[in-house]
Amino acid sequence: MDRHPQYAWSRVLVIAAAAAVATQCTPSRPESQRSGGAVQSDLAVAAQKTYVAPGDLDEYYMFSSGGHSGQVYVYGLPSMRHLSTIPVFTPYPATGYGFDDDSKKMLGDLTWGDAHHPALSETKGDYDGRWLFINEMNGRIARIDLRDFKTKQILGPVPNLHGNHASSFVTPNSEYAMMASRFSRPVPQRPVGVDKYATEYKGIIAGVKIEPTSGEMSLAWQILMPPFDYDLGDAGKLASDGWMFFTSYNTERATGKLEVSSAQKDRDYIAAVDWKAAERAIAEGKFDTIDGVKVIDPKKVPGIVYLLPCGKSPHGVDVAPNGNWIIGSGKLQGVTTVFNFEKIQTAIRNKDFTGEEDGIPVLKYESIKDAEVPVGLGPLHTQFGTDNWAYTSLFVDSAIAKWKLGTWEVVDKAPMSYSIGHLSAAEGDTVSPDGNYLVGLNKLSHGRHLSVGPSQPESSQLVDITEEKMKLIYDAFTEPEPHYAQIIKADKVKPIEVYPKEENKHPMAVWDVAQAGVTRNGKNVLVKMVAVRSTLTPTDFEVQAGDQVTVAITNIEQTTDELHGFGLLDYNINVVIDPGETKTVTFTAKKSGVFAYYCTNFCSALHQEMQGYMVVK
Amino acid sequence: MDSTTRGRFLDGTIDGRARLMVLAAVALLAVTYVLPLWNLTMFAPQYPDGLRLDIYSHALEGGNNGQDVKEINVLNHYIGMRDLVNESFVEFQWMPFVIGALGLLMLRAVVHGSVAALLDVVMIFIYFGAFSTWSFGYKLYRYGHDLAPDAAIKVAPFMPPMFGHRQIANFEVYSYPRAGTYAMVAAILLLVAALGWTWVRARRALTTADAR
Repeated sequence: MDRHPQYAWSRVLVIAAAAAVATQCTPSRPESQRSGGAVQSDLAVAAQKTYVAPGDLDEYYMFSSGGHSGQVYVYGLPSMRHLSTIPVFTPYPATGYGFDDDSKKMLGDLTWGDAHHPALSETKGDYDGRWLFINEMNGRIARIDLRDFKTKQILGPVPNLHGNHASSFVTPNSEYAMMASRFSRPVPQRPVGVDKYATEYKGIIAGVKIEPTSGEMSLAWQILMPPFDYDLGDAGKLASDGWMFFTSYNTERATGKLEVSSAQKDRDYIAAVDWKAAERAIAEGKFDTIDGVKVIDPKKVPGIVYLLPCGKSPHGVDVAPNGNWIIGSGKLQGVTTVFNFEKIQTAIRNKDFTGEEDGIPVLKYESIKDAEVPVGLGPLHTQFGTDNWAYTSLFVDSAIAKWKLGTWEVVDKAPMSYSIGHLSAAEGDTVSPDGNYLVGLNKLSHGRHLSVGPSQPESSQLVDITEEKMKLIYDAFTEPEPHYAQIIKADKVKPIEVYPKEENKHPMAVWDVAQAGVTRNGKNVLVKMVAVRSTLTPTDFEVQAGDQVTVAITNIEQTTDELHGFGLLDYNINVVIDPGETKTVTFTAKKSGVFAYYCTNFCSALHQEMQGYMVVK
Repeated sequence: MDSTTRGRFLDGTIDGRARLMVLAAVALLAVTYVLPLWNLTMFAPQYPDGLRLDIYSHALEGGNNGQDVKEINVLNHYIGMRDLVNESFVEFQWMPFVIGALGLLMLRAVVHGSVAALLDVVMIFIYFGAFSTWSFGYKLYRYGHDLAPDAAIKVAPFMPPMFGHRQIANFEVYSYPRAGTYAMVAAILLLVAALGWTWVRARRALTTADAR
């Protein structure tokens, strides 16, 4: 049909050529990456800065929140090696946590927790290496003793407070850890329709008192708050000691599709709490008791809480090392706001208010802010270095901005891979940050690692902040989900390596194989067991079906790293006993027959021989 | 020198300087009560810091607050070696007593001042030293050879080193005297020096007399 068939071919060729050109024109990577791209360090320098030779020790501990895994992960810096896992809110067969009677009791009915913000104990605003506190969404907070890296107490679920997200921020002398609700609900708890959200639902801020010598936590008081979502916080220090700051979003008091309805206002609030005033109010009896808790209503007791307007849907609020600047990061905007504590105090004195929310005064934004720093898109959280340097994570930009307190100039940006959430600098939220390392706690790793299938790990990236330009020096991949971390100089933490025999006051402990054995009291059977290389004594015991059996195992070793396990097959029991420790497991001997028990934690050349039998008749 | 000279020397007395030397030897002997005599240190890949065993005249003491002895015993039970416990060393009963007796004999020599008394204590001390060394070696030998026949791990009987180091299975064992032994050796040397000094003095006196 074509009158010039010879041209048909040439037409095809022209189209093919055009297609080829078009393909070439499709960019394979953005301009920014073609010219150098992501922050890359000189390889040799990065390798030297992060390489910790076999047998050498790291300079810092990093305690990273394990998010919904419910655990705390311990890393060494600068190697970024994962050193150990501290089980907190979730059973962990590796150490027997959640299987022995004590830890089982501590966990209660919950076998998971969404751990968020670890907070090291402080003395005069500096880490003192005694305890680590970490909150969890089911209204709980835990204390880990850094003497043995074990969870010692879980407080909660506390009444009234729902969704403990804005926690556990410790005050400068570890007077308090804090809790605040992400989810508001009727207080006291009762079924009220969501349509009454704006008026009937309440937020709660709670002060958790820390006993100064034992670290024992107790719920001291709560403050009844408007139904906002309380997100993050930080304790005031030095100039602002005695105050506590919490960010909040959904100040629209919306329900339903919050991603739209809660993002309508240009500004939400930072709640500034004078916790010393709260203490006084409690002492003066100005509280209502709700569900057994002393609750302060700011409507009735003024002078305790003030609201600082902060744009828009703020996530982090961070108090600078001098205590006078308070940095609020609105995650849906491009600036981070710096408030001045002195100006806040002046505004309070002058009643420089623009309104109120449920009786709580709202301070005038223009009167209390020092600067809006154009850090970049999606600022979340700020940490500090030396010489007034501040580092803000930018979720949307997937980067860290470095800027200067006082001059407010942004001097550097380091891309993160990818979508950084929190960041943690070495002692970066204390009165004296170290200014050498910073870790970006990223939400996405997008295959910067060998593929492990769709369930990808998060990434934690180590950044060198000793020089003018930030330098990415290491990629580590962490289990879900690092919400925040604390980085402490290693020499501040002084752990023991065995439990000294003299300190073991367990009533069921036996230290001599001659004392090991079985005693019966009605249907209760107590098996006192000794674990020592390489025998579990007694090597067998008999019970009757239906007996309530308690096995108390004492590891009488005093040698470091000589752990023994007690795994009882078919009974879902596995505990690990550290040197010098006594643990008990209690169960009903429901199944009859013969069941082997054995040492689950490799101990010695004859570890495989360390076994015995339980006969259930 | 004829027999009468020798007789005269033994009957002679020691002077102030020699007595001071003997007194110094008594002091050195006294400190051996608190100083370890010998040390065995065992390194293995699993024990990079070593397991340490100090032997005193009256007891065994393990490094790491006594934990090292317990650890050595835990390990030794695998090869059927007897436990190292103070009760099984009869030496610890008599050694402090003998050291005390030696000290008293030395004081006797100081007070009595006779060469014979000094020579007695030197001889007894040397005998005590030699016997203790033999006894120490014999104990090491027996511990390394009296292995229980039903031990989990059969090892060839062995002799731990008395002085120096030796590889025994995965352990590198070092055995060296410690301050207590050095003090004891110094005490013997002081006694011998006191004796020598007295001898030189006696010879000088004799020469002077002969010349007269």
